[in-house]
Amino acid sequence: MSTPTTHSHGTMGKLMMGFAMSIILTIIPFGIVMGDPAMSSNMKIGIIMGLGAIQIIVHLVYFLHLDTKGEGGWTMAATMLAIVILVIVMAGSLWVMHNMNENMMPMPNDMKALMDAQGGEAMPLDMDNMEHGGTEETGH
Amino acid sequence: MSTEVTHSPQETWSPLFGRLTLDWIPYHEPILVGTFAGVAIGGLIVLALMTYFRLWAPLWKNWVVSIDHKKIGIMYMVLGFIMFVRGFADAIMMRLQQALAAGGSEGYLPPHHFDQVFTAHGVIMIFFVAMAFITGIMNFVMPTQIGARDVAFPFLNNFAFWMTVAGALLVNISLFIGEFARVGWLAFPPLSGAAYSTGPGMDYYLWALQIAGIGTTLSGVNLLVTIFKMRAPGMKLFDMPVFTWTALCTNVLIVAAFPVLTVSLALLLLDRYVGTHFFTNDLGGNAMMYVNLIWIWGHPEVYILILPIFGVFSEVVATFSGKPLFGYKTMVWATMAIMVLSFIVWLHHFFTMGSGAAVNTFFGITTMIIAVPTGVKIFNWLFTMYKGNVRFEVPMLWTTGFIVTFVIGGMTGVLLAIPPVDFQLHNSLFLIAHFHNVIIGGVVFGVYAAVTYWWPKAFGFKLDDRIGKASFWFWFVGFYLAFMPLYALGLMGVTRRMQSYMDQAWQIYFVIALIGALCIFTGILLAFFNFFYSTINRKKLACGSDPWNARTLEWATQSPPAYYNFPEDVHVRGKDEFWRMKQEGFKWSGNYSPIHMPKNTATGVVLGAMALVFGFAMVWYIWWLAIISFVLMIGTVIAHTFNYNRDYYIPVSEIAEIESKGTVA
Repeated sequence: MSTPTTHSHGTMGKLMMGFAMSIILTIIPFGIVMGDPAMSSNMKIGIIMGLGAIQIIVHLVYFLHLDTKGEGGWTMAATMLAIVILVIVMAGSLWVMHNMNENMMPMPNDMKALMDAQGGEAMPLDMDNMEHGGTEETGH
Repeated sequence: MSTEVTHSPQETWSPLFGRLTLDWIPYHEPILVGTFAGVAIGGLIVLALMTYFRLWAPLWKNWVVSIDHKKIGIMYMVLGFIMFVRGFADAIMMRLQQALAAGGSEGYLPPHHFDQVFTAHGVIMIFFVAMAFITGIMNFVMPTQIGARDVAFPFLNNFAFWMTVAGALLVNISLFIGEFARVGWLAFPPLSGAAYSTGPGMDYYLWALQIAGIGTTLSGVNLLVTIFKMRAPGMKLFDMPVFTWTALCTNVLIVAAFPVLTVSLALLLLDRYVGTHFFTNDLGGNAMMYVNLIWIWGHPEVYILILPIFGVFSEVVATFSGKPLFGYKTMVWATMAIMVLSFIVWLHHFFTMGSGAAVNTFFGITTMIIAVPTGVKIFNWLFTMYKGNVRFEVPMLWTTGFIVTFVIGGMTGVLLAIPPVDFQLHNSLFLIAHFHNVIIGGVVFGVYAAVTYWWPKAFGFKLDDRIGKASFWFWFVGFYLAFMPLYALGLMGVTRRMQSYMDQAWQIYFVIALIGALCIFTGILLAFFNFFYSTINRKKLACGSDPWNARTLEWATQSPPAYYNFPEDVHVRGKDEFWRMKQEGFKWSGNYSPIHMPKNTATGVVLGAMALVFGFAMVWYIWWLAIISFVLMIGTVIAHTFNYNRDYYIPVSEIAEIESKGTVA
């Protein structure tokens, strides 16, 4: 039933290289959060998200051995579909949620949070709001 | 809000039983006690009969531990029909309540109970009926259509099935121990959060869906790999039957979309269990994010349900029109287009949540665009029938019923895709009528078509024709009686999920809908009676391996197929290979060689049972039991990886013996 496949499991050197890269890519975001360097929070979020994206690629290439030839190109095709869907879902969610925040009717206590949200990126990523939300009464 | 978490039933928590106390057994509710008595007596009769006829050992050996894709497929169908009875009982209860509760009358279901009923109805019908049906059909049909002997990962298939069963059991346990969620089938926060849904109901919902979701995702991976890796020699992708193509696209959707559901529900679980704030207004959380995420899964989900059914109709139409499917390639491309487009329409489920004009317009237009490939399919089926030699047997009746009904449902869907119209109709019974129109007219009709069409393949005899036709007509008429009044009510502004209402002018529509539901009930009873009656008369209804004069490879096997499906490898030369084989006077050569097959294993059912215990323990906060069952589960999985005794070869003599007795001419 199972025919032997041709995909490789990588070499030790390649695995170690991936390991080192993923360690570096993990240390930098932790450093940004814990060391609190002088830059805007949007900048920090951008850097962390960008490094996260690179991390995914490192894992795919070095640990899951993604290349253009595996399984007659099907591995690459499946990855491309996954990326397309990922981009649709993430970009779509950011667009939708940002748009909703913009159109939200302001509540008295929400003005500051709302202005922050409008000025910054999409709501769920906006760390600044976290301080405000906890102390205010939500009307229900 | 965060302070209210302490309100949860933690107060009565005991180390041994968690928050489970005798007060959670609903012995004071007559409806539930009656149901329980019925289930208990029925269950005891089944147990007694099984013991009397000594069926326990065969059940275990031939079914429970079986990794045969055909048997797992049939077990999925049995699960689907059992849960269908439960889901339909909920539907009848709602129809009766709404037919009664007009003008100040409260009906017979209090709001607390009514809310559980509509939640359970939606959850069961989608996750444990429709999903079970399409997984069952794909499991049974797809491997035989591509000339394979089993799926790519036979054990995983069995395991996935038992995880689905564990989820279904957890939902049913909630009926008699505790309560079910009262939140609607998608459980939007904040209503479904810790502050507003106290008690175990919402936790039953979450754990049932998480456990069943593991099964669904794994079965998606499994079937996908099967299609890519296990096709008969020579079968190119564009030689595959259309049903297999739709199964391929559906499983891509399952693999891509179900993780989104799992993550959304996991975040909600964290909100409820450890006090995070992903979907509350506190600490930067946002309830709208849950709605956004759940519909990113939810919209592909409806195409997960309907795509394989489109495949079923394609096979049925081609077979009963006696000609190849019209526009095979456009059918495949339409399926692929739907697969991708289904990911960019999700916002049409919440046009009214507050997005601006640009966002709503974008998603309104994409929603209208997705109707185009669906329209292409409708025309393909019509052109297949055109000038064909159409035989109106029962599967074809369901298909024509589907074409008419689905077109109506599709057009009301395009109406709802227009944001200003949606602002009027959102949350109204018009929406309810629309999606029942496409899900009953599409998925349910398709499942009946599939069951009637492939039943002879699965069991070696046809279903009775007259009863099948009667069942169809009761369903068809019943559907229109039950749901056309809901369109009218929706246009009058009647909202969904109403336990009672003041305006007595609405009552007559609800009464007509109840009559329709009773017609459907008759159709369901007739279908079950047909299974029973035809089984009794199976000698008379016995048919050969190819009773419909069909075109695809599954009909080359015996009926029922031998456990290895095909005694020899099939070499495929193009589309509709079995039709070509028949033209050339198909006969197996008799040069058999030993067949490599997987062995049965009980690991799947054991893991399912542990998952059920784990889910129950988590629902009731019985931490010690949760820890033990979880550790045992992981241990069993690891132990299973050391089981190398998984396969064997069927000797040539055994194949020759089975084939000589077989139904193949």
